[in-house]
Amino acid sequence: MADQTYPIPGSLDAAPSRGAALLEWLHSWVVTVDHKKLGILYVVYALFFLVVAGVEALAIRIQLAVPNAHFLSPELYNEFFTMHGTTMVFLVGMPILFGFANYMVPLMIGARDMAFPRLNAFSFWMTAFGGLLLYYSFIGGFGLYGMGAAPDVGWWAYAPLTAKAFSPGHATDYWALALVVSGFGTLGTAINIIATILSMRCRGMTLFRMPLFAWLMLVVSGLTLITITPLTAAQIMLVIDRYLGGHFFDTQAGGSAVVWMHFFWIFGHPEVYVLVLPAFAIANEIIPVFSRKAIFGYPAMVAASVGIAFISLTVWAHHMFTVGMTSVSNAFFVLSTMMVGIPTGIKIFNWLATLWGGRIRFATPMLFCTAFLFQFLIAGLTGIMLSVAAWDWQLHNSYFVVAHFHYVLVGAIVFCIFAAIYYWYPKVTGRMLSERLGKWHFWLFLIGFHVTFDTMHFVGLLGMPRSIYTYEADRGWGTLNMVVSIGGFVQGIAVLIFVWNLINSYFHGAKAGNDPWDAWTLEWSTPSPPPPYNFATDPVVRSRRPLWDLKHPNDPDWKYER
Amino acid sequence: MLNPSATGTRRNMQQIRRLSSIRCRLVAFSLWCVTGLKAAAEGPQSTPSILAPASTPAHEIYGLSLFVLLITGAIFAVVAGLLVFVIIRFRERESDAQHEPAQIYGSAQVELAWTVIPVLIVVVLFLTTARIIFAIQDEPKPESALDVTVIGHQFWWEFRYPKLNIVTANELHVPVSTSQQPEPTYLRLLSADVDHSFWVPQLGGKTDLIPNHPNEMWIDPEEAGLYVGQCAQFCGIEHAKMLIRVYVDTPQQFEEWAKNQQQPGVQDAAAAEGRHIFESEACMNCHTIEGTTAHGTFGPDLTHLMSRATIAAGAAANTPRNLHAWIEDPNTFKPGALMPAMQLSDQEINEVVAYLTTLH
Repeated sequence: MADQTYPIPGSLDAAPSRGAALLEWLHSWVVTVDHKKLGILYVVYALFFLVVAGVEALAIRIQLAVPNAHFLSPELYNEFFTMHGTTMVFLVGMPILFGFANYMVPLMIGARDMAFPRLNAFSFWMTAFGGLLLYYSFIGGFGLYGMGAAPDVGWWAYAPLTAKAFSPGHATDYWALALVVSGFGTLGTAINIIATILSMRCRGMTLFRMPLFAWLMLVVSGLTLITITPLTAAQIMLVIDRYLGGHFFDTQAGGSAVVWMHFFWIFGHPEVYVLVLPAFAIANEIIPVFSRKAIFGYPAMVAASVGIAFISLTVWAHHMFTVGMTSVSNAFFVLSTMMVGIPTGIKIFNWLATLWGGRIRFATPMLFCTAFLFQFLIAGLTGIMLSVAAWDWQLHNSYFVVAHFHYVLVGAIVFCIFAAIYYWYPKVTGRMLSERLGKWHFWLFLIGFHVTFDTMHFVGLLGMPRSIYTYEADRGWGTLNMVVSIGGFVQGIAVLIFVWNLINSYFHGAKAGNDPWDAWTLEWSTPSPPPPYNFATDPVVRSRRPLWDLKHPNDPDWKYER
Repeated sequence: MLNPSATGTRRNMQQIRRLSSIRCRLVAFSLWCVTGLKAAAEGPQSTPSILAPASTPAHEIYGLSLFVLLITGAIFAVVAGLLVFVIIRFRERESDAQHEPAQIYGSAQVELAWTVIPVLIVVVLFLTTARIIFAIQDEPKPESALDVTVIGHQFWWEFRYPKLNIVTANELHVPVSTSQQPEPTYLRLLSADVDHSFWVPQLGGKTDLIPNHPNEMWIDPEEAGLYVGQCAQFCGIEHAKMLIRVYVDTPQQFEEWAKNQQQPGVQDAAAAEGRHIFESEACMNCHTIEGTTAHGTFGPDLTHLMSRATIAAGAAANTPRNLHAWIEDPNTFKPGALMPAMQLSDQEINEVVAYLTTLH
């Protein structure tokens, strides 16, 4: 942790009391504009909400474990699945990935901070207050059923269910406004990352010598700018509908429910790539280091990422195959969706080629990345199944879809997030996470994940729709749902082990040193944790792996790179 | 009768179905072995599995899905096989410690190869999918088709048969459709409030019911019986209890059913008191009973209530006891249902139930 302190004005004591010191420490976190501290704040904030949304998921799973259960009322169930989705996407996924970007991008490109440190702080606090606003609805949202009504319209919030007529009270307003607020934070961070990468790279670091992590964050930030905008616009239109008599989505006054779907999914589908590209970014760093090989086909990896970003902007209506589009539109979105598979395939093959001929070291970060490869392969293949519009008419809004996107969001993204934390925790704290607990965490989480989400595919094939708070006993879904719920709790235990590992290792972990993984990018040339402003002198690089060049002066990368 | 072009399309489809079923029987068999999901019997089942199709659209989707599974399964086998091989073959061993492996930065030929192959796969998958999309969605409507207007409500289904002058709720009756005597049912999908989605997996894919946005879908069930499904688009608090029951009738059964539905409500003198309460209380504001003064349209039509096996959109069996509990407080079965508790005395409820149970 950076030890920079910011004395509180008026505090004259040379040696402040214990209480004052604590206050000063807290104050330093609130007013900080340091990219590393903000990065940590993002990650801690996101991990907190990961646990909150995880608890919501477990409550959902208890309710669904047996047919006709009464653990949750229908109201609470609908609130929980809405909040679970909204939280995981907006308060966990994006903040944690932007947290990694905040911390790592300046270090990786040899910069001393982000381009706009104050905007950076502003963005974090906007995101944080967006989260608080959303969760305040549990206390303050006056909904249809009295005080304490959280949003219950689904995280996709289809019109006209969100109209005043069908969602009286303020729960839906909390949802819309919280996303507008955190959306502004997200936009600020995206602008900041783009500016940092384009203008703050150290000497010798051309765009094509950047670590792939930075490249993907650049792509993600560009994609974020494009996609958050329609979401914000749609939320504002929704609020206008609800309070100023607008008729954008008000079907009773000639508005269009389908227009909301278009707005939402023009945001919503690229959003998946906003979340998954950072996961790729993490894998791009970890897989080469633990295979002891340079990434295979760097230019193709960059091109594939940019390609995915562009194609992802053309596929949104594959979420709408059942809304009654013409057959030609359906066919168009089938094709565009399937085309995503091409650059994605290139990535998977390039990772395999990176592993090929390597000397793979299965430390915990690599274990998580290997599972990521396997699960992302399956998620991609079920994605192809869903892109087959006719089959999607059956699978859409069934548990098969729920299984598919959890395979992406958990099987790919959360696994990569865990990998990243095991990989960079030593850099951030100066201490290693326990490998023993790490292995427990990995194996339990892996087993729990597969028990839950593999099974969920079959529940969907048996015709169980999503978003239902209970189901009939004679449907034959009971046993499988019980299995799904058990897997959920195994994952919960694994996450508890992880949290304990984070806390315990912070105090008792082995000292990490500068470069515990024998890695190659610039962040590993700094002390752990890196000092304020990162680098005493500006680094100069000649290749994509500056530390490789230093470690192998007779065989440097710049002789071979294309 | 079918028009000639439609007959041709239908015959082609059946050929496609037969071909794809031969092509895919192996895949199907292995899938069933793995999942154990396919019930032994054909025809209607209590589990609405998409793997037990019983209508042309569902069959075509099923055949297509087996083909897609075959291709994705092959991709999975190759890539996962490579991954497992790499993990085993190239894992770190004691002997080669401190030895960095050869650094390879890329290879244009190899990368080109694994770009072209996925492109070819995408072309094949796209063309196959497009064919089925057009075959189902743009199938011309034969003149023998039965028209039903489906109106989604929070949280129940209204079924109207415009040509037969029938209105009913939650339990859809359609005739069986055979290749000798094709009589598909075309559903026109509307919504009275929010988005819903009509999904009976054994009979076909789902289509949404969206206000201001009429949709259409068709089914042609080939075997009589009861098929279940439910609303598949979150529509509010009781979305989970918006169940669908589709009764596929033989032609005689359907004719009898239709004839009965076309009658006005039964007028049984023994239940006059209950009828009087029904007509003088708020019941009539929301419900219709043909032949009485009750013409409300906000709730289900009750003219032939006793011809239905369930009440509350499938949330409870249609028994006098359940009717009593429902009128007393709908929250018993369906907390959040839009029907209010009617605040009637026990005696009054008994009278109303006695009246309702005469409505065959």
